[in-house]
Amino acid sequence: MTEQGLAEEQRTRAWRLLAGNPVTVLSALVLVAVVVIALTASWITPYGVNDVDVPQALRPPSGAHWMGTDELGRDVLSRVLIAVQASMKVAVISVVFAAVVGVTLGVLAGYRGGWLDTVVMRIVDVMFAFPVLLLALAIVAVLGPGLTTTILAIGIVYVPIFARVARASTLSVRVEPYVAMSRTMGTGSGYILTRHILPNITGPLIVQTSLSLAFAILSEAALSFLGLGLQPPQPSLGRMIFDSQGFVTLAWWMAVFPGLAIFVIVLACNLLGDGLRDVLDPKQRTMIEARRRR
Amino acid sequence: MTAQVLSVRDLAVRIGRREIVRDVSVAVEQEQTLGIVGESGSGKSMTVLAATGLLDAPGAEVSGSSILAGDQELVGASARTLRRVHGGRIGFVFQDPGTSLNPLLTVERQITESLETHKHQTRRQARARALELLEAVGLPEPENRLRSYPHQLSGGQRQRVMVAIALACDPELLIADEPTTALDVTTQAQIIALIRDLQRDFGTAVVWISHDLGVIGEVADTVTVLRSGVVVEQATVDEIFDQPREAYTRELLGARPVLGGAGPPAPPSDSPVLLDVEGLDIRFPVSTPTGKSVVHAVKDLSFRIHRGATLGLVGESGSGKSTVASALTGLVAPESGSAALSGTDVLNVPGAQQKTVRQRISLVMQDPFASLNPRMPVGASIAEPLIVHRLATDRTARETRVGELLDSVGLSAAFASRYPHELSGGQRQRVNIARALAVQPELLILDEATASLDVSVQARVLDLLLELQRDLGLTYLFIGHDLAVIERVSHDVLVLRAGECVEYRPAAELFAAPEHEYTRALLAAVPPDRMART
Repeated sequence: MTEQGLAEEQRTRAWRLLAGNPVTVLSALVLVAVVVIALTASWITPYGVNDVDVPQALRPPSGAHWMGTDELGRDVLSRVLIAVQASMKVAVISVVFAAVVGVTLGVLAGYRGGWLDTVVMRIVDVMFAFPVLLLALAIVAVLGPGLTTTILAIGIVYVPIFARVARASTLSVRVEPYVAMSRTMGTGSGYILTRHILPNITGPLIVQTSLSLAFAILSEAALSFLGLGLQPPQPSLGRMIFDSQGFVTLAWWMAVFPGLAIFVIVLACNLLGDGLRDVLDPKQRTMIEARRRR
Repeated sequence: MTAQVLSVRDLAVRIGRREIVRDVSVAVEQEQTLGIVGESGSGKSMTVLAATGLLDAPGAEVSGSSILAGDQELVGASARTLRRVHGGRIGFVFQDPGTSLNPLLTVERQITESLETHKHQTRRQARARALELLEAVGLPEPENRLRSYPHQLSGGQRQRVMVAIALACDPELLIADEPTTALDVTTQAQIIALIRDLQRDFGTAVVWISHDLGVIGEVADTVTVLRSGVVVEQATVDEIFDQPREAYTRELLGARPVLGGAGPPAPPSDSPVLLDVEGLDIRFPVSTPTGKSVVHAVKDLSFRIHRGATLGLVGESGSGKSTVASALTGLVAPESGSAALSGTDVLNVPGAQQKTVRQRISLVMQDPFASLNPRMPVGASIAEPLIVHRLATDRTARETRVGELLDSVGLSAAFASRYPHELSGGQRQRVNIARALAVQPELLILDEATASLDVSVQARVLDLLLELQRDLGLTYLFIGHDLAVIERVSHDVLVLRAGECVEYRPAAELFAAPEHEYTRALLAAVPPDRMART
């Protein structure tokens, strides 16, 4: 077999594997649906999120209120939709922030090495030593709760992960002969970093992004549950679960639907991440193919 | 005596819809060696792996039959049967001795493993046998070597250990898949002699796979030439070399660089010195578990290259030849010494002049695939030096120039939009040469630039290099390990050993009458050219 045929086959194999894995396809579809919901939530909600209707309080799911109503008679479905929108906003912005900052730091540390590498990676080590939620709590405590703070807190917490992944990939790419060749031509670091290093480390970063999205959503829910995330009247999934505590025996739907939303989104992100890792890592790919043959 | 040890009939391997190997029938008898030769992708390893039940490619289907010693069918045999056969009745030696051994086990454990499994020997018996084997394969101080780990051995020693493991259970058949390709010529000669001796002593049948006709000519009794998974020619070794019937076999034989061939055309006689290297000394600090030490890679090296001429820098692995290239291209900083390119210092370049100096020296590396960014179309790779040195600022000028460069290395301009994985090895190396030529360098350093190419492709790339030298008046520093290739392109030759210059003379003189013992040893280790002998 020619190498050319091999490489071509590798690519089609990757796609076939991705498409041939029903779990990955399904989770991708779910995420697309979630994104569509998040983008259109403001228009598709059947009721206003904060429309109080006390006589209708604590009604179970019905034709009028698909997910029932809460203790103030607000429509749970509307609140879940808007909360998903808020969650996705927090998750996406904070992960993008973490990715941009983390990858920049990681790539520079990996490429430059020396004292820069030592300093950046020791800071990252220190950040890793803190439990994620505790670190986020500390940041929120200093800056005061709110949407921006939540985004910032979650973003900062995930910077170290991206920095590590980017640094490790950079270390392996930077010793590739094509990078050495580029240096012998007198090419500047900027060109090498943007044209040679970055495009060749995207694989692991894509995987990390999808996995981080899941954790970011969980973190946001946890912070809001603790009252340090999004603040009322802005609905959030974590806050909704917190509010349902007193009514668990009376109105299970108040806790179950927001919980289900978190569960579905996080699971879809994780499964998609796993699927992507499988096809982007050649070693994993061969193993899966071998497993499937059996 | 003439029992067939392995008899393969109508073997075919298909992966998906593609047929990788088609209708291959080969046989090997006791004490005989079957040579399987072919270029990369010809299916030679695939054939042997399929025939011995070792093939583990995803989705591969094997059909046909392969019978061991007249009684054991190997195609489609159960995993249990194969486990009994592998290591017990069939021994294997693969190309890379560095990765074929488990780095965490001592040599003793790796040899005794199969003895305990297949021969049910006790630890003590197995150890005695291991010692015997290490003596047989000629490792010095076998007692100590038993306790060594693979990283404490050299490449040649590791391959000897691999041979010892393969022969541990007195197999009827030894499969040697490019066993000497990763080794230096002198080590290669030793391993070839070793396997031959052992074959004589133990009566083992050998299947020897190689891309190198020189090696095959030396070891094989019968030869099978493969191309794209199909048998081109099968004959005795003498017939293959003396009266090849098929055009492809003749082409392979013709493309093989052989010693004693013609050198390059003489350079202009009055050309000035282009590169003048004096007392180059390079050391690397290395950290080992026991502390820091220094590797003295290049010791007090001096040479000159005249404009339009080629200096061949030859040496075995670890001789420091690539380090010289790295120093001249600014990848490593030398300890001392000077290198002047028409009077300009190229070793200690101030930051501001980096670009101008780098523009005058280009490099082509050994691995044509790894030296191209896989995420860039090759046109963008060739354009990189143009962008960096602002040689063609607007897009159309760049595209035109890339087209010209591709044309000069014999590729059409349409190649610019292709990605490296879409090209063959030879095409990739042409792209690398085109990129190196983009800056119109005065000196082109070719670091093993043809070593990873198939012989027929190598021959064409060497022709291209000679042609470019003639047309553009290029100056080459040609780094290599293959003496025949060096002879083909060099005007002067410098033999390097452990960082020191052993012999430095005009090529014609050096090949006609090597002065130094080491040069003679290198030349003697090159597999003889059978055609010239008969």
